[in-house]
Amino acid sequence: MDTRKPLLHPGVIRFTHWMWALGIILLLMSGLRIYNAEPLFDFYFPIWLTLGGSVESANALHNDFGTAGALLWHFAAMWLLLIALPVFLVYGVAKGHFRAKYWPVTPREVIGDITDFFKGRLAHDIGVRNAVQKVLYAFAVLDMIVMVASGLVLWKPVQFHTLGLLMGQYEGARYVHFFGMAGMAGFIVVHLALVLLVPKVLLPMITGRAPQPSLKSDAGVP
Amino acid sequence: MSDIEKKLRDGGLAKSDVVNLQRRLFLRNGLTLGTATLLAGCDGITNTSSVDRFLRAMSRFNDNVQAHLFNPQKLAPTFSESLVAPEFRFNAQYGEDRVPMLNPATWRLKVSGMVSRTTPWTLDELKALPQRADVTRHVCVEGWSMIGKWGGVPLRTFLERSGADLSARYVAFHCDDPISYKTSIDMATALHPQTILCLTYADKPITPKFGAPMRVKIPTKLGFKQPKFVTEIRVTNEFPSGYWEDYGYNWFAGL
Repeated sequence: MDTRKPLLHPGVIRFTHWMWALGIILLLMSGLRIYNAEPLFDFYFPIWLTLGGSVESANALHNDFGTAGALLWHFAAMWLLLIALPVFLVYGVAKGHFRAKYWPVTPREVIGDITDFFKGRLAHDIGVRNAVQKVLYAFAVLDMIVMVASGLVLWKPVQFHTLGLLMGQYEGARYVHFFGMAGMAGFIVVHLALVLLVPKVLLPMITGRAPQPSLKSDAGVP
Repeated sequence: MSDIEKKLRDGGLAKSDVVNLQRRLFLRNGLTLGTATLLAGCDGITNTSSVDRFLRAMSRFNDNVQAHLFNPQKLAPTFSESLVAPEFRFNAQYGEDRVPMLNPATWRLKVSGMVSRTTPWTLDELKALPQRADVTRHVCVEGWSMIGKWGGVPLRTFLERSGADLSARYVAFHCDDPISYKTSIDMATALHPQTILCLTYADKPITPKFGAPMRVKIPTKLGFKQPKFVTEIRVTNEFPSGYWEDYGYNWFAGL
């Protein structure tokens, strides 16, 4: 490891990022198949988008479309989020990560940055977060908290009855969980699009190090 | 699916059923394309035995987590009687045309395993035991839920009167229906005050569609843990599993 290159993403952040990346993809795909078992709205998701084992064998065996396999995936993958989210939140508060990276952010900054983005002149300095990034990542973290909370209410509407009061109990939690999922899917699309536009941000999320040693370091701020 | 087939045969098919059928066919036809392409790489991995074994092990782990989350004193929320669904949703692996018609007069409930009583129970004997009724939410593993009022004998009372060893780990249920349905629960849930041998729905005897003369009602479990047409209750320390559980549905399935 070249120690002259500044540390951009501490190990905890990289660890939780990739736990989420894997966990959310598995939860999203298996969740779509669970949705198909009893659609909340007037549409189904195509099976190729879903996860949960062979649909044909499930259909032949017990006349459904692989709900059991999807549930197995969903309730295994949930642990990735249940572990990574508290680790990230405790770390973020204790180390001042949130304060340093997400605060402050003003509506004027956000609008200004979006305008700059479409004019093609939004600066993207590695390690310095612009207002759009701040809002996007804050949304993703808050959305994950909503997904875990509504997921717990769906899983255990009796044991987590008090939490359910916040979202209209079991039936309300179905809608919260669905729209939280839709928000997360939207975030993933925007996030991946931005990574494609600025590919240099990808490597630091793996190695933790900035691509060039000459860049201004913010290693002092985790 | 069988529901639609029956309606097709009986001519009672509504427009919504046709839409539903079209969707089902769309999904089924979608498989061919799906499995040929992405699924081959993505979905096929579920079938490899090591992944399947891992997922099943995680499900067992989740059984243990759920047993710890389960509070034996915590009651399922109850609702006003005005919210009770007058006609409950029928749900079974077989169609309504194959629902068994058990004769209440000759029906017997066997108790076996770690119990002292060997004489099967009659329906009148069950009716003579203390009863309770709760208006609770029934939650299906597929996602739908409905509020209903179920009444009957607390399973705890029944087990005590049958001389059951209440320190045993499991209570298993066997059903006299076309698929010999079976399922099982943990003793803590069996002793939960709202777990009952259900004889009534909305204060009237349950009908064959819903498991007459006796089905088990457990407001702290998912719907598939609440067997209908029950004819044997077994108290045991050996893991009894169940019909859907053998297909991979989570065993504890607690709410």
